[in-house]
Amino acid sequence: MTSRELIAKRIARELKSGNLVNLGIGLPTLVANYIPEEAGIILHSENGFVGMGATPSPGLEDKDITNAGGQYVTVLPGGAFFDSAMSFAIIRGGHLDVTVLGALEVDENGNLANWMVPGKTVPGMGGAMDLTVGAKKVIIAMEHTAKDGSPKILKECRLPLTAKKEVDLIVSEMAVIEVTPDGLLLKETAPGLTVEDVMKATEAELKVDPMLREMDV
Amino acid sequence: MEKVTAIETVLKRIEKGAVLMIGGFLGVGTPENLVDGLVEKGVKDLTIIGNDSAFTDKGIGKLVVNRQVKKLIVSHIGTNPETGRQMNAGEIEVELVPQGTLAERIRSGGAGLGGVLTPTGIGTVVENGKKKIEIEGKEYLLELPLRAEVALIKAYRADTKGNLVFKYSSRNFNPLMATAADYVVVEAEHLVPAGEIDPNEVMLPGIFVDAIVFSQTGDAAVKGGI
Repeated sequence: MTSRELIAKRIARELKSGNLVNLGIGLPTLVANYIPEEAGIILHSENGFVGMGATPSPGLEDKDITNAGGQYVTVLPGGAFFDSAMSFAIIRGGHLDVTVLGALEVDENGNLANWMVPGKTVPGMGGAMDLTVGAKKVIIAMEHTAKDGSPKILKECRLPLTAKKEVDLIVSEMAVIEVTPDGLLLKETAPGLTVEDVMKATEAELKVDPMLREMDV
Repeated sequence: MEKVTAIETVLKRIEKGAVLMIGGFLGVGTPENLVDGLVEKGVKDLTIIGNDSAFTDKGIGKLVVNRQVKKLIVSHIGTNPETGRQMNAGEIEVELVPQGTLAERIRSGGAGLGGVLTPTGIGTVVENGKKKIEIEGKEYLLELPLRAEVALIKAYRADTKGNLVFKYSSRNFNPLMATAADYVVVEAEHLVPAGEIDPNEVMLPGIFVDAIVFSQTGDAAVKGGI
């Protein structure tokens, strides 16, 4: 299993029957591959629908059914379409149980930076700021360190923020970390890794949960 | 009032420096024939309000590539590298707005509201220069309404009164924009006589629509009108 698959599979286990869930573009989208149909989880797509289904078979794409990344998807029986104001009323109004988003940086206070690198790349925030502020639970799906090995889980974000103090849970290929009022709590380590391994790859201070266990994937 | 209009007549109204809203999400639900008409006309210095700048060969992105845009008010430009290049070179102004805030600013513009209060953007650069208002102990940003001279939107079905039905996820910003511009043009894939769309199923009342043009992607049988 690759790092990304491990992260996606672990996050899928956080989702509960009946949850309305929005999966961000990229790594978070992979979570859908690990949600069994009978799990009773409803996917929200911020371009305007609930009940998002899998990628259509080749030849069965509909030009008017795409996800928020512009890729062709399907709609499940019982799905519904709406306009962008309704879509964000769902997000901001407390109707969305979980959002899963990627991150460039997260910090001890649950701050998130994932929408721009000044002077380098400025794609824009799209729906990320609303999702982070509005969802009842914000789960970050991220590789634990940057490509050069430098930490991405920091004492304080250095990049421009997406939202302040909104992150609830961080899932990486190394660990599961909960954001608590007292800082970051290491709850699970990936198979084969020690607490020290995780701490070495993390700039933020980590408290270790007395119930610490191996990531179950 | 006759709403079915030749695309040339609509394009004549859009002059240099116009402020436009254009519907669509990464090009899905964008009136491509109207955009192509604008590209052909070459009208410059446009301010465009839309969700994103789509792709270099799709949606609003085509107008960016053709260097017709002075300012973009959008939530995302990441799928169109040309927008980023022009922005970094100082050739285009880009105001990035959180997507939900953009939707509500347009809705306010069309609903006669003085703005909306949203928690989105608090503690980020989005709050710069904006009024913060505390309500029951929680901070909100005052986000101001957006309006345009012309809205270009896309529908699946229109009747001759301008009542509209949108299809799947192509709805997005289209019905909101139709409420927030002085002149509203819909590019429809199908045109039917008034009365043929069940009033219960109308998604946007025709009173918002000033002109209907045909979409080349529509059903050939109805292109000639009724």
